[in-house]
Amino acid sequence: MKIVIPVDNNSMETNVCISFGRAPYFLIYDTKTEENSFMDNSAASSQGGAGIKAAQSIVDSRAEAILTPRCGDNAAEVIKAAGIKLYKTVNDSIQDNIKAFKEGKLNLLDDIHPGLHQHGGK
Amino acid sequence: MKIAVLSGKGGTGKTLVSVNLAAAAPASVYIDCDVEEPNGHLFFKPQDLKNQRVVVKIPQADQKLCNGCRTCVDFCKFNALAYIKDKLIVFNEVCHSCGGCLLFCPEKAISEKEKEIGIIQSGISGNVRVVTGILNTGEASGVPIIKRLLQDIRQESEAVFIDCPPGSACIVMESIKDADYCILVAEPTIFGVHNLDMVYELVRLFHKPHGVLLNKCLEEENPAEEFCRKNQIKILGKIPFDLELGTMNSNGQIAVRHHPKYKELFRNLLDLVIKETRHETASNT
Repeated sequence: MKIVIPVDNNSMETNVCISFGRAPYFLIYDTKTEENSFMDNSAASSQGGAGIKAAQSIVDSRAEAILTPRCGDNAAEVIKAAGIKLYKTVNDSIQDNIKAFKEGKLNLLDDIHPGLHQHGGK
Repeated sequence: MKIAVLSGKGGTGKTLVSVNLAAAAPASVYIDCDVEEPNGHLFFKPQDLKNQRVVVKIPQADQKLCNGCRTCVDFCKFNALAYIKDKLIVFNEVCHSCGGCLLFCPEKAISEKEKEIGIIQSGISGNVRVVTGILNTGEASGVPIIKRLLQDIRQESEAVFIDCPPGSACIVMESIKDADYCILVAEPTIFGVHNLDMVYELVRLFHKPHGVLLNKCLEEENPAEEFCRKNQIKILGKIPFDLELGTMNSNGQIAVRHHPKYKELFRNLLDLVIKETRHETASNT
């Protein structure tokens, strides 16, 4: 299963990024083969709607789950429409979160926040 | 004659100045372009209110015609569009209504529908016609409301006072575009100078005649005044840091209508601004 984590750098020594839409990279990790690759997040420098664009790229990468500390409501709408599951990370370590995910210990992310730039939000 | 009142930050005194100048004129129009938080109406308490809806166009996709080429998704600089599971999703609140997606769609799958983003409220308060732009909470941009506000007064014969939003971004540029003169309101602090510099740069970029009004003046040194002297900017006047004025203002009273001292201060300021505007108009034609 292909999972995605927003990260600060493009190496396995990096940490989970606190932002989803504006994370500099996404780690794409295959839980079966344990292969990893990194995707540049071209949405990070967007003027607006970064979450939407980042979510679109992840959907296009055919990931089945996203592990993230937080997610805005616009991005969540894209992710949900694509049928991808959102899980809440437990700390900033990639290894800990991958391990917890494999053991089925991660909870679904349910506290979706309104947009940070007066875009989303109702 | 259109006079815009602006400043680099909120709370400097734009509304105090524009409201009192409008009240000091024999007959005038006050336009509140601070559409995210308009407050001039709190002072004027206008009567005979009339509301006018402001709408923008947003895209809608005909999923049958859309072939998923994503030209629109890639074009949108605001990322208001996503293509998920063979379906185009539009994020209405992120859309800036540029119409680009409609122009670029090779399949003609996108059409436009109207969306209300706010209202324009007009009413009367004594000698002043009060026009207020009100943007709905959560909307991306107030520019369409400001465009409409200023379009409606293009042929106005009375003096028009434009109360601008704070800062120097798009909505401020839109607000001063048609102005004949810009009054920059400044606070007597180093932070105030920084904010003054922002709007000073903007009015020069727009080649607008301008002058500075020093607000909240104390006896001590005024960095904003020094900035004006150094850059040879016209100082229109000084408003003292005054408890009486502050109290009237926080009670929602218009100083010009309540106190002869301030009636005189703003009348004199108005005369000077009119003189400056005429002088600038004459020397530029």
